[in-house]
Amino acid sequence: MTSLRITNVHLIDPEGQTVQLGSLTIKDGRIAADDPAAPELDGQGKYLAPGIVDIGAKVCEPGERHKESFRSAGLAAAAGGVTTLVTRPDTAPAIDSPETLEFASRRAQATCVVRTYQMAALTKGRLGREMTEIGFLLDAGAVAFTDCDAVVTDTKVLSRALTYARQLGALVIGHPQDPGLSKGAAATSGKFATLRAIPAVSAMAERLGLERDLAMVEMTGAKYHADQISTALALPALERAKQQGLDVTAGVSIHHLTLNEFDVADYRSFFKVKPPLRSEEDRLAMVAALASGLIDIISSMHTPQDEESKRLPYEQAASGAVALETLLPAALRLYHAEQLTLPQLFRALSLNPAKRLGLPSGSLADGTPADLILFDPNAPFVLDRFKLQSKSKNTPFDGQRMQGRVLATFVQGEKVYQR
Amino acid sequence: MQLQHLLGIEPLHPQQIIEILDLADQYANRNRSSSRTSDMLAGCTQINMFFENSTRTQASFEIAGKRLGADVMNMAMQASSIKKGETLIDTALTLNAMHPDLLVVRHPHSGAVDLLAQKVNCAVLNAGDGRHEHPTQALLDALTIRRSKGRLHRLNIAICGDITHSRVARSNLILLGKMENRIRLVGPATLMPAGIGEFGAEVFHNMEEGLKDVDVVMMLRLQRERMDGGFIPSEREYYHRYGLDAAKLSHAKPDAIVMHPGPMNRGVEIDGDIADDLSRSVIQEQVEMGVAVRMAAMDILMRNRRQNRQEAQA
Repeated sequence: MTSLRITNVHLIDPEGQTVQLGSLTIKDGRIAADDPAAPELDGQGKYLAPGIVDIGAKVCEPGERHKESFRSAGLAAAAGGVTTLVTRPDTAPAIDSPETLEFASRRAQATCVVRTYQMAALTKGRLGREMTEIGFLLDAGAVAFTDCDAVVTDTKVLSRALTYARQLGALVIGHPQDPGLSKGAAATSGKFATLRAIPAVSAMAERLGLERDLAMVEMTGAKYHADQISTALALPALERAKQQGLDVTAGVSIHHLTLNEFDVADYRSFFKVKPPLRSEEDRLAMVAALASGLIDIISSMHTPQDEESKRLPYEQAASGAVALETLLPAALRLYHAEQLTLPQLFRALSLNPAKRLGLPSGSLADGTPADLILFDPNAPFVLDRFKLQSKSKNTPFDGQRMQGRVLATFVQGEKVYQR
Repeated sequence: MQLQHLLGIEPLHPQQIIEILDLADQYANRNRSSSRTSDMLAGCTQINMFFENSTRTQASFEIAGKRLGADVMNMAMQASSIKKGETLIDTALTLNAMHPDLLVVRHPHSGAVDLLAQKVNCAVLNAGDGRHEHPTQALLDALTIRRSKGRLHRLNIAICGDITHSRVARSNLILLGKMENRIRLVGPATLMPAGIGEFGAEVFHNMEEGLKDVDVVMMLRLQRERMDGGFIPSEREYYHRYGLDAAKLSHAKPDAIVMHPGPMNRGVEIDGDIADDLSRSVIQEQVEMGVAVRMAAMDILMRNRRQNRQEAQA
């Protein structure tokens, strides 16, 4: 019987969309009715929020443990306020069988300080030819099915996989991107890509990919989440699908919310992500869509890459950025810019992803698992990539001024990180 | 601001462009005389690193270096360490340890030469990176235009052909724009990059309209691999619509000059008779100016390098 009462904190409630000064009691790993008798922790007027549920972080086990292990990812997550890691199956080999999924869960159980859930591939080897054993994988604990950035091009295969997933109630996560148009692209077509002469893809490729996926969802009735929406062109299709009552949600990566194509500047490969960074108009449209609730979820899209895969000419450099530790301070840029409120941010960071995956966390309601973060949204710092917990240091925020630091992270009422 | 590297036209000021051209003009005259060698670069080690095949450009840089007295070394990078898996940066660091003074680099990827320049201590001269820039080509084109037209401003210049994949087009567009010329880009829509209209050039898809009353017709090479139905339907349709022949050229000013960066595909982008017509074509002079411009660029880079070193020692 352990209990703790965190007093004198601003409680961020993403359900009620409120911020109130008060206290919160943790009992036996869950949020409980206020108990003045419990041992106190003075929150010193800082902020307490439900821990972040991050859909789509990549931990490079199995296959590339030198880039990121469950241990290092867990430490990074805890330091960044992520209490639940929902990991991607685009490992080497892909997590496409119950055996590989069990291996990953076992590694996570043994070494990761935050909660983890695994996603599994939708097709074997993420090759888009045959569906995986969706039933067995669900039994083994898979929370969603996705081929990540390997788009299933064969619509026959996709329709069957979606239909089979629907019958089991499984969530399918798509990567809305037309594979033909986006082939070989490393930037978004437009003035910047032309100036730097980088092979580029039209923003229309995202709308094409999304429209196709949504048509397939309408046809099959599957539960669908678009991993990353990044262009204004795609938003009307998303809005229409939601109005139509399809079981559809959408995410956006933290990088597409806080950076634009010009940040690539002189071919800085740490800014190469997938899909590529977009125009400033697109970025602002994403922020607005998040505020209105059209886009439901913010993800880190944490993708560790070692120095060797990044220190290459821009076109050849690997895509992706580490983001577990920078997710919150980057998101807080939108709060400091007065574009989003703290409850709006945590609706997208914690509540919505938990709800979408059917997890009990993500709110401050009584009885909810005590996955919490205590943080100071105003604490300034300059990011030093070599101080990150991740094994890979490929962050686009190196050397940048940021605001907002996690002071303590609790998972199931246990403190897993303290600054 | 002193030039340390020549990575592209984009970072240059108009004044710097004029300085290079003025010096190149002198070298061009000297190259025609019997006393064409000098010792400006005596004791300097110049390494030509070509990650992409090139005979003409590499020869031009080699002759330029040798005329100035540099020790020139050619490395055929395609045959060497990159085949063994060495990264560009490791190759750069290896060469850097041998203390060269000047690296002349051509690479198939945009931005690769910039990346390399960040990692070495010597001067770097971009001999073409991907589709990005080819600064000495734009400078030699500018010098050719200036010598034949008597000026390098307020000219109507048409750049024709595969704009998307051409570093020559990009560098020329920037240079000629900086010198306040009116630029037209002429070519099929599939070979025009997105957003090119925002660069201050007029875009035409019809040669007759695009060439109307221009002073300079700059043709671009069409890469063989673009002709297979991917970007244009066929070679013969391209020649019919965009190949420069006498009929199309008649829309330009009577004294318009014809340029081509070479190597030419006769009968694809340019008619053989026009290429050989010495009253219109300045293609041979472009090659000649190439050596002069490269001598000037290397001379300036090495002078700045010596000066920087002396300042560092003082």
